[in-house]
Amino acid sequence: MGALLILLGYFLGLYFFDRAIAGLVIAILVWAVLSLIAYFQGDSILLSMSRAKKIGRDDHPRLYNVVEEMKIASGLEKMPDIYIIDDPALNAFATGRDPNRASVAITSGLLQKLNRDELQGVIGHEISHIKNRDVLLMAMCSILLGTIVILAWYGSRFLIFGSMTGSRRSSSSGGGGGAQIIILVVALVLMILAPIMAQLIYFAISRKREYLADASSALYTRYPEGLASALEKLGASTGQLKSANKATAPMYIINPFRKRGMKAIDLTSTHPPISERIRILRAMAGASFGDYDQAYRQVHGGKGVIPASSVVAETVPIATTKLEGEAGEPNEIQRTRETSDVMWRLSNYNTITCECGAKLRVPPNFKEPQIKCPHCGRTHQV
Amino acid sequence: MVAVYVIIGVVVVLLITFWILYNGLVRLRNQVKNAWAQIDVQLKRRHDLIPNLVETVKGYMKHERETLEAVTKARNIAQQLTSAGAGERAKAEGELSSALARLLAVVERYPDLKANQNFLALQEELTSTENKISFSRQFYNDSVLRLNNKTQMFPSNVVASMTGFKAGEFFEVTVAAEREPVKVSFTE
Repeated sequence: MGALLILLGYFLGLYFFDRAIAGLVIAILVWAVLSLIAYFQGDSILLSMSRAKKIGRDDHPRLYNVVEEMKIASGLEKMPDIYIIDDPALNAFATGRDPNRASVAITSGLLQKLNRDELQGVIGHEISHIKNRDVLLMAMCSILLGTIVILAWYGSRFLIFGSMTGSRRSSSSGGGGGAQIIILVVALVLMILAPIMAQLIYFAISRKREYLADASSALYTRYPEGLASALEKLGASTGQLKSANKATAPMYIINPFRKRGMKAIDLTSTHPPISERIRILRAMAGASFGDYDQAYRQVHGGKGVIPASSVVAETVPIATTKLEGEAGEPNEIQRTRETSDVMWRLSNYNTITCECGAKLRVPPNFKEPQIKCPHCGRTHQV
Repeated sequence: MVAVYVIIGVVVVLLITFWILYNGLVRLRNQVKNAWAQIDVQLKRRHDLIPNLVETVKGYMKHERETLEAVTKARNIAQQLTSAGAGERAKAEGELSSALARLLAVVERYPDLKANQNFLALQEELTSTENKISFSRQFYNDSVLRLNNKTQMFPSNVVASMTGFKAGEFFEVTVAAEREPVKVSFTE
């Protein structure tokens, strides 16, 4: 992918400035600046772009506990920050440049839809992205890809603009028409092909990491069915995430860019087909990496996806006892209420529960000392 | 002359190998220690939660005196054994786990209790602590397994025996009841 960037810079420079080195310098400069920003500020930019809100233990104890459980299971040293994105679409992502400075974000929609086991599977998947240091790898790859896309985009705009005014042609046509046309053609082909090729390479890396994260999640939770059933719910959803963009797509647990109204199943490209991920998880005989590898070969054919060094010949049984089980688990309506309470509180709204059962959401700029319940007429102190 | 260089080269390679293997062993041993500390934290957290739970539940559960007493007793025994060895401790904590599971199972019969916010928060904490205990135990046992493999397999076993690394002790659940799912009967 780096070679692609250099080739593109080389030919763009050759065409626009008659010097390959100028194009190279621009390409590398853009890449270096973007990388530095991504390394030091990437996570906060990503989180603020997706309008995520940070939560503490008291805001949503269940989510906090599940993240802490997975942190313990993975042996991570520091507790990652937890964010909620106020969006009915179902998605989650992890970010941060190293395991000591990491964050997990989840949409409020997903938080409402998933029960505890499923939430555990999804969080396990995200935590293993942090643990395997995928976040930094993916961030660097997406910066390289982003640079190629930006250069190709501007290159093609300049080309159209330049040929319309004709100024570029007249100033640089001293070297003879033949060579000029060849350079132009190569630059054009590269500009069209580079983003596509970069995307393909990027997707291949991204998919492999997704499989590995699924395997790790199964290993941490000892319960592949949790993630499988969460993925089923994710796959059946039709909502699109408002705040995602092309560069951040691979960070999410499922691809946020499918056509509006389309189901996520099998239309994904940065991610392996969801139905396949579910089938692999359900085909697992145990919870170890070896079992995942075997299930992968059984479902997908060909070689396995887990690096041979991490496959240890040991048997890890799948947990059958789930202590949280049926007893005391909130249902979907309760989860929805709970999540919307959290979201209102995070926007500094004050919630008053009236005796008649109505919930009053008092906005932060409400100045009156008392408020009347619109449902039953009782007055409450603010 | 060449022979001297070869000998120096071999010695340097051996030293570097020793260095890497030794550091790997130390890292694993520290990981095992950390994991053990994590189990400790969670077990202590559970001991702290139980008096609260019993206090909250007591008013509602008039007919479950025995279940409640069993939990309190198991908790007190487990707390006394905090400085005992891994095997003995695991047994006491296993007893506590099964006593707690029995208590949480009978909660189903008390709809008033299930509407109590205080109890729900406690139940979430307890469930999660239970999970954290089993996850930290899982991580501890995985780390011990890795350390034991290293201390027994060539070539790191040579370094391990030279520098006095010992195999770790697994934290096994010895109570059969915890391994089986809790049977909850809804027909009275």
